[in-house]
Amino acid sequence: MSGFLFGGLLLIIGIIFGARNERKHFAQIERDEAELSDIKVFNIKTLPDNLEKGGALVSGNVVIAIDYFKVFISGFIMLFGGQMTAYEKMMERARREALIRMRRQARDLGADAIYNTRIEFSAVGEGSNKTGGAELLAYGTAVRYS
Amino acid sequence: MTDIIVTNLEIVPGREIIKHLGIVQGNTVRAKHVGRDIMAGFKNIVGGELRGYTELLTEAREEATQRMMGEALDKGANAVVNVRFSTSSITAGASELYAYGTAVVVE
Repeated sequence: MSGFLFGGLLLIIGIIFGARNERKHFAQIERDEAELSDIKVFNIKTLPDNLEKGGALVSGNVVIAIDYFKVFISGFIMLFGGQMTAYEKMMERARREALIRMRRQARDLGADAIYNTRIEFSAVGEGSNKTGGAELLAYGTAVRYS
Repeated sequence: MTDIIVTNLEIVPGREIIKHLGIVQGNTVRAKHVGRDIMAGFKNIVGGELRGYTELLTEAREEATQRMMGEALDKGANAVVNVRFSTSSITAGASELYAYGTAVVVE
């Protein structure tokens, strides 16, 4: 009985804070993307001619988990199949955040474009206690136009 | 180790590659620590970034890159091109971070 109550409590905390965190994070992402709009990101390898020499590897990563409530709901969806919006949102958050961090690092180096960007995923901490998340890594070569 | 150029392009912008020295690699296997795991457990209830894990993986990837750069220096390279990262979970609590690329000499 107490276990059931505890589970219910976790669900309620998940609903309230999970949705709030997600909204806040998306708002933050929008702001950061606007702020970093001067740094262009490409996933092509061919470079224009007017570049300065050199180039440096930049990367950004983030580990993100979804809340308990969404994990619970997703469990039901998995019975019938179909679109899992909660995980889609989680992946979108993580991917955009990773790109933002990569761009920020590029800007700190004085670069203004990133070429050959790659985005990679890995699952983190998929243990028996289910403290799992997704790691998204974005990396590329930061260059400066001369 | 600051003068070595690391890039995931196949060339180094504005420089010519004069010699290939073969593949260089660096890896590290990291386990998460209990404190971080407990914090991550809490964070799993409300969702959001698991900052402890982010830091752990950043450090580990840095270490793998450093080892790769070390190997490149030992070979006498001054740049590593076409760098790739990969991550694999070895057991439930540990991940391997792996960085590899081609060591080259640029003019």
